[in-house]
Amino acid sequence: MKVEIKLFAGLRKYSSHERAEPVILDIPHGSAVGDILALLEIPQDIKKIIFVNGVHGAEETQLNEHDRVGIFPPVAGG
Amino acid sequence: MEKIVRVNMDDLTVKVELVPEKYRGLGGRGLTSTIVAAEVPPTCDPLGKDNKLVFAPGLLNNTPAPNAGRLSVGCKSPLTGGIKEANSGGVAGNKLGRMGIAAVVVEGMPKGNKSYKLILTKDGGTIEPADDLKGLGNYDTVAKLTAKYGQKTGYVSIGQAGEMLLKAASIAVTDRENRPTRHLGRGGVGAVMGSKGLKAIVVDDTGGQYSKPVDPEGFKKASKKLLDALKTHPVTSQGLPTYGTNVLANIINEAGGYPTRNFSEGRFEGVEKISGERQHDVILERGGKIAHGCMPGCVIQCSRIYNDKDGKFLTKGPEYETIWANGANCGIDDLDSIAQIDRLCDDYGLDTIEWGDAVAVAMEGGVKKFGDAKGAIELIKEVPKGTELGIILGNGAASVGRAYNVSRVPVVKGQGLPAYDPRPIMGIGVTYATSTMGADHTAGYAIAPNILKVGGFVDPLKPEGQIDTSRNLQIATAALDTAGMCIFVAFAILDIPAGFEGIYEMLNAQYGLKLTADDVLALGKSVLRTEREFNKKAGLTSADDRLPKFFMTEPLSPHGKVFEVTDDELDQVHNY
Repeated sequence: MKVEIKLFAGLRKYSSHERAEPVILDIPHGSAVGDILALLEIPQDIKKIIFVNGVHGAEETQLNEHDRVGIFPPVAGG
Repeated sequence: MEKIVRVNMDDLTVKVELVPEKYRGLGGRGLTSTIVAAEVPPTCDPLGKDNKLVFAPGLLNNTPAPNAGRLSVGCKSPLTGGIKEANSGGVAGNKLGRMGIAAVVVEGMPKGNKSYKLILTKDGGTIEPADDLKGLGNYDTVAKLTAKYGQKTGYVSIGQAGEMLLKAASIAVTDRENRPTRHLGRGGVGAVMGSKGLKAIVVDDTGGQYSKPVDPEGFKKASKKLLDALKTHPVTSQGLPTYGTNVLANIINEAGGYPTRNFSEGRFEGVEKISGERQHDVILERGGKIAHGCMPGCVIQCSRIYNDKDGKFLTKGPEYETIWANGANCGIDDLDSIAQIDRLCDDYGLDTIEWGDAVAVAMEGGVKKFGDAKGAIELIKEVPKGTELGIILGNGAASVGRAYNVSRVPVVKGQGLPAYDPRPIMGIGVTYATSTMGADHTAGYAIAPNILKVGGFVDPLKPEGQIDTSRNLQIATAALDTAGMCIFVAFAILDIPAGFEGIYEMLNAQYGLKLTADDVLALGKSVLRTEREFNKKAGLTSADDRLPKFFMTEPLSPHGKVFEVTDDELDQVHNY
């Protein structure tokens, strides 16, 4: 199934795109966010803020076809 | 800091007095709110002779504590009709600390139409005529003053907006490059300064120095605890210095709470072009600067220097709020246009949040089309011309809504909402509604637990837990604002308790106190109580602790949520 992944801020370097266009990945049904993190080789030890369709998720969150996933390192601002 | 400088604009005299007993042990917002509550009649005309403008450095500004140096200014707000504290970085807060000045209280009102400047030194001050500065923007004002008083002096000034008494007028504070880029922004504080005929304050700290702590070893240890927290937490040590405050654009957009086209949608299709990541790349391509400190002693370094396409300095940052208010909220996706507007806001002396909110309401009212960047720049240039349109816009979002018959006006207590929609981020909605300051995000930054998972996680899409979250943050923030700390230390100390301990242990070591964590929270509560009491006497009621109705009735895409916290729950926030 196809899902859309965007990596932000300091995680951009793990994305295959230079600019932050979303990456479309074809992954097995039943995959979770953690499987994508592994696929993209994003280090385990960075804390991540995970969104699936705009709602906070976790590495265990199961994905469905056409889901939109956004992954951030620790960020804050004003 | 043992001195209060009383600036009497009736007879143009300056008196220095020792801090009286009733004001001891306070600084920053704690001191400005206490003095305003004690000395300003709550029902006075905010632009009249009985209002006072109180500047106060924080309690740690006379020390080398990391990230202490913020400046507070307080008054009755001409925008909200309630008490106001605005807060900035820049150099003046640190200088006032080194000068031993606990507060500068500007009172009265001169006769006639002349402009004045206040020259402050560590020994006192004088008021001098300044008609040569009248009508100038902040950049020209600082240039002229620098020619006379030098590069190492701090400058606090108003631009044309404050001179015109506009309710969105800010007060500028010079940064470390001597540019008027850090603003005491919100609530029309610039108009109050203008109403007193005061164009500028020259902050000359020659001969000033930090105060020796009662317990120097204790201070060093405590300072290191805060420093370690700031240097190890990834937000304060990596995210903020690299990407600045605008790193938030993408995450707030992803969460569906990035108010777009006057709070009509929660995601902006142009976010990528105005994101912190794009801004970072553009800044570096053009030889600007990231990882920049706006005030002495800052180890977080979230500010930045933005050059134009030719590599020439254009403006600082801009910050997340500014880029949102004048970008997504206006449907504008051109970073250079937004930077130009930021430059003009700094120059004319306008709160970038209130200004962007006002323009967005004007766009909804048909004055310009959403997305018209050139049109937005034309609008801000109306302000120094003194046209009716400039005046309506410069008086803020509510003023524009009334003039153009727009119903979707995002304000609380008359102050425009900042860069987070309360419908999918209910914690910040509670803060907007119940803060003594009007719609204010820093007063109780629920974004941290709601979105950023800093200090725990409270689901933003549900009403549960939001009251406690906002209450606790409002209390803690009032205390931090009294210490003179940059509020961004919160990102580290919410996760690293030793950092928080470092702050009150520094206060103890500096002043010979025995504060505990509970004492710090008690201080925060006391400041909030003082402010609430003033607001009550000024005529504000629980009816003013509410969001505009459309937030409860118009679902926001993409999540389709409305604000679900009830009125009864909102009325529980200030129970402590």
